[in-house]
Amino acid sequence: MGTGTGIGRVRGLGSARSGAHHWWHQRVTAAANLLLMTWFVVSLLRLPSFDYQVVAQWLASPFVAVPMALLVISVFYHFRLGLQVFIEDYVHDEALKVAALILLNFYMIGGGALALFSILKVAVGGAAAG
Amino acid sequence: MLVSILHRATGTAMATGGVLILLWWLLSIASGPESYALFHSWVIGDAGASHPIANALARIVGIGLTWAFFQHLCSGLRHFVLDTGAGYELKTNKFWAVMTLVVSIAATVAIWASLLVRF
Repeated sequence: MGTGTGIGRVRGLGSARSGAHHWWHQRVTAAANLLLMTWFVVSLLRLPSFDYQVVAQWLASPFVAVPMALLVISVFYHFRLGLQVFIEDYVHDEALKVAALILLNFYMIGGGALALFSILKVAVGGAAAG
Repeated sequence: MLVSILHRATGTAMATGGVLILLWWLLSIASGPESYALFHSWVIGDAGASHPIANALARIVGIGLTWAFFQHLCSGLRHFVLDTGAGYELKTNKFWAVMTLVVSIAATVAIWASLLVRF
C-alpha cells in the first residue's frame, strides 16, 4: 500500500492496517460453517449408531471425509478470528495480549493439523480395517 | 444486549470445549477401536455404562453445546441481516433478538428429544 501521503497509507485500511479483511473473512467462514455444520448435524443424526465400525466407515467415505476436512478448516479459521477479537477486547496488557494471540494461533494450527490428519488417516484406510 | 454477549460466550464455549471434544472424537476414530471405546465409554456411554457420572456430565455439556451452536447460528444470521443495515428499528430489533433465543431452545429440545428417543 502507498507509502507516500498520509491519506494514501490510511485509505481503506483503518486502524488495524488490514482493511476489512478480518471482518469479511469472518462472514465468509460463517456462511461456510452454516452449510457445513448443517450437513454435519444431519449426517450424524442419520447414523444408525455411534459404534466404532459405523463411525469409522462413515468417516472413510469421500463424501464425508472431504466436507469434514473443509468443516475443520472453516470452523477453525472462524474461531481464530472470533477469539482474536475476544482477546483484543478483554486483554489490556500488551505483552499478555501478544502471548495470548500467539497461543491462539498455536491452538488453531496444532488442533487443525491433528483433526485434518485424523480425517485423512481414516479416509485413506489406515484405521477403518479395525 | 443479552443476545450480543451470548454470541461471544457461545462462540468461546464452542471454540474451547466443543473443539476439544471434536478433536478427541476424531483422534480416537483415527487411533482405532480401543481408543474409540475409551471415548465412547466416557462421553457417549450406554446400558451398563462404566462411567455413569461422566456420561451424565457429558450429556449436560452436550446439551449446552447444542444450544450454544444454535444460539450462535441464529445470532449470526441476525448479524447478516443487521450487516445490510436493516432491522435496527427498536421493535424489530428486539423481536429478532428474542427469536434467536426461542429458535435455539426449540432446536436444542428437538435434537435431544430425537436422540434420547432413539438411544
